[in-house]
Amino acid sequence: MNIIAFIMDNAERCWSLTLDHISIVAFSIFLAGLIGIPTGIIISHNKKTAQKVINIANIFMTIPSIALFGLMLPLLAIAGYGLGKVPAIIALVLYSQLPIIRNTYVGIRNIPPELVEAATGLGMDRWTRLKEIEIPLAMPVIIAGLRNAAVMNIGIAAIAAYIGAGGLGVFIQQGIARAYEDMILAGAILVALLAILIDCGMALLEKILTPKGIRITGNLGV
Amino acid sequence: MIQYRGVTKIFGHGPELIPAVKDITFDIKPGELAVFLGPSGCGKTTLLRLTNRLLSLTSGEIEINSQDIMAWNPVKLRQSMGYSIQEIGLFPNKTIYGNIAVVPRLMGWDESRIKERVDELLSILGLEPDIFKDRYPVELSGGQQQRIGVARSLAADPDILLMDEPFGAIDPINRERIQDEFLSIQSKLKKTIAFVTHDIHEAIKLGDRIAIFQDGRLIQYDTPETILACPANQFISYFVGTDRAIKTLGLYRAQEAMSEKPDIIIQGAMRGLEALNRFDHKDLADMIVIHDSKPIGYVDIQALGNKGSEVKDSVLAFPVLINLNDTLRDVVSHMLMHDFKQFPVIDDNGDLAGVISHDDIRKCILKIFNDRENRTGP
Repeated sequence: MNIIAFIMDNAERCWSLTLDHISIVAFSIFLAGLIGIPTGIIISHNKKTAQKVINIANIFMTIPSIALFGLMLPLLAIAGYGLGKVPAIIALVLYSQLPIIRNTYVGIRNIPPELVEAATGLGMDRWTRLKEIEIPLAMPVIIAGLRNAAVMNIGIAAIAAYIGAGGLGVFIQQGIARAYEDMILAGAILVALLAILIDCGMALLEKILTPKGIRITGNLGV
Repeated sequence: MIQYRGVTKIFGHGPELIPAVKDITFDIKPGELAVFLGPSGCGKTTLLRLTNRLLSLTSGEIEINSQDIMAWNPVKLRQSMGYSIQEIGLFPNKTIYGNIAVVPRLMGWDESRIKERVDELLSILGLEPDIFKDRYPVELSGGQQQRIGVARSLAADPDILLMDEPFGAIDPINRERIQDEFLSIQSKLKKTIAFVTHDIHEAIKLGDRIAIFQDGRLIQYDTPETILACPANQFISYFVGTDRAIKTLGLYRAQEAMSEKPDIIIQGAMRGLEALNRFDHKDLADMIVIHDSKPIGYVDIQALGNKGSEVKDSVLAFPVLINLNDTLRDVVSHMLMHDFKQFPVIDDNGDLAGVISHDDIRKCILKIFNDRENRTGP
């Protein structure tokens, strides 16, 4: 009950921190997609390179977020961005690469070879084939990768409050510092709710962007 | 016109070279359907894929309408030829309309022309345009999908079609039907077609010529009749089957084997006694009775019991009548089924055109086999 009271009393702050949180995650996902999706597409036709790229993305995943913030601090401090939103967004972009690249890669690799053969045999060049066939068919899997990354980033962004990035993590961090239980829980619950909400939103997007012809059966069956 | 000149394809690098197609030379004449036939791994599909540069040549030349394919932009080359494959490969994210429109769109046709073309193709293939245009491939049966695959390859009206087992994925009954439709379309369109199959029946049925491959080499390139009558080697005679004489029967029509046989034909108005005399002279089993130049049945000695009446009053009906265009295969089947040694052959008006007997068919097949052997023999 106290938590609800806390949220009601601090409605305005809750709202602004939530928006802050969303903006960090949204911007980082946007950037991550801009980098990860083309990377996934490029490596989809070269298995060896793909393995290497995915391994590198995997390495970023293994670094704990708090450690990554620490590692970046001295480097970014040179440019004057050691703390705040910049290192947070860089970290989130790096963490997002694995699900985004991997899903894009898998999505394109899993297109039945006869479709690629038919597209090529009918006289589509590489770009047309990507635009007309491969990307539309891989879309549900690519969106699933973005969804994965977004939900994960909501959690990591909460930790980024420790380097002054803002967002709902601020409640948790300050709550811990002040041993203010309601504040900690309010932050935690809001972060969790946000994650669920974003997950549902992305699921809807996934559904909308699935081409109608494969939505009927849910597979690429030919 | 497609010309293959010393075409060779070797896969792999270094010590692990796998030759798939070895020094192949032959022509597919304009308007002809050439079947590439052979067991899997014989190089037939590789040769097809070399033709539209899905694979690159190791050596040799391929010319399309007297132009070396290497002089083409590969994408433009492929757009200029229809292409269909066994797996069909309809794009599941596109409607039937979108699938058929692929090549015309790549070639920059305007939308009204594409629309007209899609409607035309769907009608040709017996699919109601308004019902099918906006559907997705998953909503169609296998046979319908296969038809769309063929329609898609014909969309931009290419001179040349490359087809890799295009009817391989459907059940035998539908396959038979789509083959018939395809033959009738081809008889009108007269495309130059390279058609890969491993099915000897399909090859005989569809091919103007059949190219038989074994281990990457072209063993024989000939008409189906010649291949059945004199296979170039043991492998081919094994491949075409020990029943090749029976298969040959399917390639010839009743009119090619029938004969006149005036002495066993009698007019319906003839008196029974006169007809019996004919039997005495000729030692014949039965006679065909015609009336108004149409065969109305046959008579044998027992049937002519009443010597005074006209023959037409004592005829026995034939269980079936053979048309000029029936295949010898069907004729033999009728003979065996009804235990008849001969049948009258009629034209499309029902008038008697000739008579076909066991003996006629035997002589016809014998002549075909002898002719071919003499022509290609040493």
